[in-house]
Amino acid sequence: MTSTMDPAGHSPAEVPEYPMPRAEGCPFDPPPALRELQEQARVTRVKLWDGTTPWLVTRHADQRAVLTDRRVSADMTHPTYPRQAAGGGGTLSFIGMDDPEHARLRRMVGPAFMVKRVEEMRPMVQAIVDDAIDAMLAGPNPTDLVEAFALPVPSLVICKLLDVPYGDHDFFQANSRTMINRNSTPDERTSASARLAEYLGALVARKLEKPGDDLLSRLGEKIKAGDLTVRQATEMAVLLLIAGHETTANMIALSTALLLRNPDQLAMLRESDDPALARSAVEEMLRYLNITHGGRRRVALEDLEVAGCPVKAGEGLVIPNDIANRDPEAFPDPDRLDITRSARHHVAFGFGVHQCLGQPLARLELEIVYRSLYRRVPNLALATDFEKVPFKHDGFVYGVYELPVSW
Amino acid sequence: MKVFVDEDKCCGAGSCVLSAPEVFDQRDDDGVVVLLDAEPAEHLHAAVREAVQVCPAAAITLA
Ligand code: HEM
Ligand code: SF4
Repeated sequence: MTSTMDPAGHSPAEVPEYPMPRAEGCPFDPPPALRELQEQARVTRVKLWDGTTPWLVTRHADQRAVLTDRRVSADMTHPTYPRQAAGGGGTLSFIGMDDPEHARLRRMVGPAFMVKRVEEMRPMVQAIVDDAIDAMLAGPNPTDLVEAFALPVPSLVICKLLDVPYGDHDFFQANSRTMINRNSTPDERTSASARLAEYLGALVARKLEKPGDDLLSRLGEKIKAGDLTVRQATEMAVLLLIAGHETTANMIALSTALLLRNPDQLAMLRESDDPALARSAVEEMLRYLNITHGGRRRVALEDLEVAGCPVKAGEGLVIPNDIANRDPEAFPDPDRLDITRSARHHVAFGFGVHQCLGQPLARLELEIVYRSLYRRVPNLALATDFEKVPFKHDGFVYGVYELPVSW
Repeated sequence: MKVFVDEDKCCGAGSCVLSAPEVFDQRDDDGVVVLLDAEPAEHLHAAVREAVQVCPAAAITLA
């Protein structure tokens, strides 16, 4: 191997492009070419859409090490940050910032997502799920599970969290979709996010005037104390909406598709009264599907080593959690879907200080869906050929565009 | 078993509370970890080890 080759033995001209396509007929599995890279090397170069060639980290243990390394930055405004697409280049609140400012801002909204606070939301979330099932059953059969159930549930939950009126939901869904769709032009993305920001800014202003007992009102207190600007509070609200809506919706629909293809696992879930089984199913679904399939993106601030490979300051790092969650070093028989396995150490929520802040809420929503939907609708079935289900290969977050179901 | 937590490192995602609610809690004003029991009884050791393993910020250590 010469020094111009990367550890997987690719010469500069052969550096594989990332992201890679999934295999035809295997929409629940990571791309085969990515798994080959994992077998070949712990760290390897890949080529992105803009021609840059950051490092890609393939193993579970090394991904966790990189994501907890303080010399590695999540600063999306860094000139060599490996971006997922053109345009933007800014950050949405603290998700693209480093500590200490990241921690300062994250801790302002932290209390709302504490495990015990989220647990208090259980009856509210259960009611939302029950109502959504009632509405679906009262509507046309067959129907699209995404529109009828998967999108409205997390949308309503996040709106309760932010105290946003339900009447404004269509507006939210349309704009947040435009913001995260890979096919949107930079202009479309910018104006969608501007519309959302404007609406949430007005909401923050209303909460400043008439505070209640909600997350935005508590941010209002920080504004009054001079710790936060109205603009920063608005950006946080936009972040929570974007990060918490489409992700959870995609998990609900995609995991339902997966369960319908694995009737034994679905039956186990439906027939068990054990809440612990629903909880371990949540972890296994998160692991197996890993919907944030574009990988975590970081940039090295100093020279460092990743699994023995020297990485220079300023070089980009791509950390695809989907293959870490199928790493045989971390999960025995990783391609077997097993809702009884212990999968808590998956990295579907990322790792390090940016690990998903909303994870207790996401877990609660999925647990309640898994314990409710399949029991209330025991004969739920796919209402189309599986081959015809449109998967979101082009989305920032993986899922299905539509899931026609009948009962 | 002795448990230590580093509040400065903690990012408050509550994974430890899910694993071992008898040992870990979170602070009301910012969600940062609170150690309830620095010397947990034997039957909690496995849960505490899981908490160490899943903590995303390496904020929990054992001695
Ligand atoms: C199943 C659903 C979800 C998945 C798979 C998911 C996944 C993720 C991932 C992978 C990250 C890490 C980003 C990075 O390291 O660059 C993240 C961050 C984040 N998520 Fe989630 N998420 C989900 C649901 C939610 C919900 C419901 C909320 C809130 C309502 C939320 C709020 C956030 C926030 C605020 C961050 C940024 C944290 C930070 O940068 O410190 N997420 N999420
Ligand atoms: S798991 Fe770690 S980072 Fe999360 S709350 Fe506990 S100590 Fe803090």
